[in-house]
Amino acid sequence: MLSTVLTAVPADSDWINFDVAALAQNFWSATFDGLTFGAIYALVALGYTLVYGVLNLINFAHSEVFIMGCYAVFFTLSFLGFGPSAPNLSFGAILINIILALIAAIVASAVTAFLVERLAYRPLRKRNAPRLVYLITAIGASFVIQYLIFLWRGPLPEPALTMFIPTPIFEVFGTIIDSQQIVIVVAAVIMMVLVDQFIRRSRTGRGIRAVAQDPDTATLMGVNKEKIIVTTFIIGGILAGAAALFYVMKIPSGVQYNGGFILGIKAFAAAVLGGIGNVRGALLGGLLLGLIGNYGQILLGSSQWTDVVAFVVLVLVLLIRPQGILGTSLGRSKA
Amino acid sequence: MNRKKVMTSLAMAATLTLLMTSCANQAATPGSTSAAAGGSGLNLDVKVLTSIETPKDAVLPAGDGKATCADTTTLAYIGAETGANAQLGINIFNGVQLAIDQHNKANPGCQVAFKKFDTEGDPTKATGPVTQATKEENIIGVVGLPFSGESKATGNIFEQVKMVHITPAATNPGLTENGWTTFFRGLGNDAVQGPAAAKFMTGTLGAKKVYLVQDDSDYGIGLGGTTTTGLGDAMVGSDKVTTGQKDFSATISKIINAKADAVFYSGYFAEGAPFNQQLVAKGFKGAFVGPDGVKDDQFIKQAGDASNNAFFTCPCIPGELIPTFADAYKTLTNAEPGTYSIEGYDAATVLLAGIDKGNQDRAKLLEWVNNYDASGLSKHYKWDDKGELQAPAVYGYRVQDGKIVPIGAIGE
Amino acid sequence: MSTTDGPTPLPGAKASQAAADRQSKKGGAGTSADATHKKGLFGAWSEKWQAMPRQKQWLYLIVVVLIAYALPVINPPILSTEPGNDFPLALFSMAVYALVAVGLNIVIGYAGLLDLGYIAFFAVGSYTAAMLTSPDSPFVKIPYLWTIPLAIVVAMCVGVILGIPTLRLRGDYLAIVTLGFGEIIRILATLIPAMKGQVGFQNVGRPPGEGADGIPIFANSNGTPWYWLTLTILIIVLFLAGNLERSRVGRSWIAIREDEDAAETMGVPTFKYKVWAFALGAGVGGMSGALFAGQVGFVNNQKFDIVTSILFVAAVVLGGVGNKVGAVFGGALVAYIPLRFTAIAEYKYLIFGIALMLIMIYRPKGLIPARQRLLAYGQQAYQRVRETSAKKSAVVTEKEV
Repeated sequence: MLSTVLTAVPADSDWINFDVAALAQNFWSATFDGLTFGAIYALVALGYTLVYGVLNLINFAHSEVFIMGCYAVFFTLSFLGFGPSAPNLSFGAILINIILALIAAIVASAVTAFLVERLAYRPLRKRNAPRLVYLITAIGASFVIQYLIFLWRGPLPEPALTMFIPTPIFEVFGTIIDSQQIVIVVAAVIMMVLVDQFIRRSRTGRGIRAVAQDPDTATLMGVNKEKIIVTTFIIGGILAGAAALFYVMKIPSGVQYNGGFILGIKAFAAAVLGGIGNVRGALLGGLLLGLIGNYGQILLGSSQWTDVVAFVVLVLVLLIRPQGILGTSLGRSKA
Repeated sequence: MNRKKVMTSLAMAATLTLLMTSCANQAATPGSTSAAAGGSGLNLDVKVLTSIETPKDAVLPAGDGKATCADTTTLAYIGAETGANAQLGINIFNGVQLAIDQHNKANPGCQVAFKKFDTEGDPTKATGPVTQATKEENIIGVVGLPFSGESKATGNIFEQVKMVHITPAATNPGLTENGWTTFFRGLGNDAVQGPAAAKFMTGTLGAKKVYLVQDDSDYGIGLGGTTTTGLGDAMVGSDKVTTGQKDFSATISKIINAKADAVFYSGYFAEGAPFNQQLVAKGFKGAFVGPDGVKDDQFIKQAGDASNNAFFTCPCIPGELIPTFADAYKTLTNAEPGTYSIEGYDAATVLLAGIDKGNQDRAKLLEWVNNYDASGLSKHYKWDDKGELQAPAVYGYRVQDGKIVPIGAIGE
Repeated sequence: MSTTDGPTPLPGAKASQAAADRQSKKGGAGTSADATHKKGLFGAWSEKWQAMPRQKQWLYLIVVVLIAYALPVINPPILSTEPGNDFPLALFSMAVYALVAVGLNIVIGYAGLLDLGYIAFFAVGSYTAAMLTSPDSPFVKIPYLWTIPLAIVVAMCVGVILGIPTLRLRGDYLAIVTLGFGEIIRILATLIPAMKGQVGFQNVGRPPGEGADGIPIFANSNGTPWYWLTLTILIIVLFLAGNLERSRVGRSWIAIREDEDAAETMGVPTFKYKVWAFALGAGVGGMSGALFAGQVGFVNNQKFDIVTSILFVAAVVLGGVGNKVGAVFGGALVAYIPLRFTAIAEYKYLIFGIALMLIMIYRPKGLIPARQRLLAYGQQAYQRVRETSAKKSAVVTEKEV
């Protein structure tokens, strides 16, 4: 940035180059890895999207809702005897343990989401505060949770846990797809479809859409706005809990006090990319962001580029199409 | 709400089925190898070292017990005590503390005080504590600063007041190129470690294709450079990662496609551990080699079983193999000596020996270190005019049964 | 909402003093927990100040400024950050944070644009100073003092470049995009070889002059001259910001902050003024970055992270959004607390997080609320400079709430 402003030419200006050969060579593995991570982004992005749809608020503390889920997974699995080595259990036993961890993560995340809503946002809503105030409170809440964890668990990540050793399942275009990738992508997509259907078809879902569209009218029509808001936060929490399980599965040493922060920002970017407030947009945005980041870093030659590429794409999309790719709001998504 | 419950249970069921398939598959194909790079031809069975020789005439902090000095004589440790890199700092100042305790116990006539200043290992935070230390007249010598970045940022402050400081851990070669007369390095630098690591990989381990990954730190870049030179044709590719990065999948697919049989990670354990863990999870069967920044018990914790393929290089001496030192350290701290504990101990010993010989102001102590030529517990200490050790050693380490164990001097 | 008061703060400004008084007057506040805000101590002081003749106001101000300048020499025992940290250096970093907060206050406080990536401009300023003075850089070298105005210009340009695309976005989007940019600048410093990433630049330039012993006056270990320099700049910036605030531009900003659509309808060229706010804020940020780089003498990409950026926002919010004196106070406080109370330094983010939440919930206008009487603005600000104290008890009571 600076070097373009200053007229002097940097000594070595080959810092940006396009390694098309590397991209061609690694295209499919980058695709599958990108989709796996994208699925996790998408689950977290849904939490942002739902809350934004209903309250027009970036729940900045959602990344902490997510990281609490990660800690729940870690504690549950360590309690159940999982360690650095792959567990020597039958797949049924592993499965039950993982589901217990999933439940714990969902509970932890949902409770955190609920508490954040209660302590940080509800007092403001009562006062009808401006939106900037919400955002700053949210940042405050995010800091508080992060550094409470920091004081409790210290600066280092928790020791790694292995849930199961990913085994190759099949080969596509010369690239191995392993069980871990399949589990994450398929489970995430199923959950998103369920949420989508839930919002479209269920009574609560209709309530969420109604509040998103017009809170006052919805209230007049007999929708309990407060309840809907709490429910929305909790659904976001549940999805973040599920994302936490998959994240810890993929990156066992990612359980760290600030481990959710950057992921949260990128998930939010994913939500904006797809069209914030749009459930399907979150899925699309998440997967796209995962892919773009992965392609970008291979094309540009080092993984330091991932975030730059992701943000630049976000800004470009916002400039060209400020409402995001799919664009429609939660309220109008389906009548 | 009922429907939601149904939905949730449906989701659970779906996840369940999925996991079952995956686990079933896992059970069905035990030990199946992926197309990942094989570790064939690698000699991973490197013998563990169980004892090292200490120099017979090693100078010890106790001295002859007859030293006299003013009560106010103070040595200081400046470096990380808190923050993400605190452990390394704690290892060091415990070593210093041990040396000072032993000295004070043996020399009733010379009670040297010890002060600690915290920099969090952050170059921008280091100027405050360093300035404070240089302002306190009683402090005549310093052990520190441990990291290259902070050493770089503060070296000139020591230079201004002509206060001697011996770094027990900063290994960036450029540090001694600043013309500072007060900077001394108590260990080998990266220009020594890089080639030694390269030789270790291609020689001892027998690696034919090494993939080099470096982080964005001063340390990682510098060491990456010297290692690249050392590797020559054996290097099949390289990538750069960022401090704080957690997902390394793109880098890993490049490594696997390059069919590398060894990976050198030039950086710290915080990224090295998840990197190696993901690498092994993707079916990498080769060796993972990291420098002193990766050699940490945290690496094993965070990489889990994946760390079994890990080797380390370090210009540090395995202090745990020196029984007298290891026992005393354990008594003091209830912990095994860590990386750089013995370097901290030796650096403090050099300064203490100077005090005992009557060099009790800054100028005299600086002169003392300049002319120092004697063995410490870990190695021989004699500095050239830039402040580099004349005969540094690099040791190899590996992970065995969840512990880091030395495998002897490498790169010679 | 601003009328739900905690204890009325005795308005204070030059943060160091405020902090000093906090120490001594602990528990002296909490006097007017009811809604009689305007009749409280603050109001009384306010009226008293306004009633004073102009000359008398100036007199008090000069005293305050003189005390501020004398602080590193006096090194008051309770206030001092020693022995953990060198006091003049601590004062310098307080002054830099105060300057940053004043700049960010233009963006957040006046124009209502939540910029979470303000650190980017700070970084640009630091790099401008470093790259044009450090021997490690391949560029032409210029004397350090010239880099300060240059840092302002470069940062303003970057502000305009970033502002033109992003300022079309509203509120939350802007926040997240600026956050992204803040991060990108840091990563670019890693990626562009000329910016040297973590390796960084050492021996960044300094103002000329050497002491009798041959050590430069502006050595990085000598905080006092750096503090005086920064304080002087801070006072100048405060004067300018005060004038700006009362000008047509300032009024437009406030109109935009309160209701952008309404402002647009009333003929305020909102986009133009938003870019102006962004650029001016960036300029101050760049300047503080250059000062910081000069003092530390070493610049790499490590300091410019998102967490620090959010700490800047906390400084503005803490002091009082839209109030430049509050910003000075907030900025200095954010820098001071971890340096003074090294025992709680580890808790600083937690403390500032809680403070952010509580202030937004119970006292959304900050510790020193901005007031909406534009024409009387300057006077009021100075009046707050003169008066001090009770900040801490305000925070304490709010935590108990």
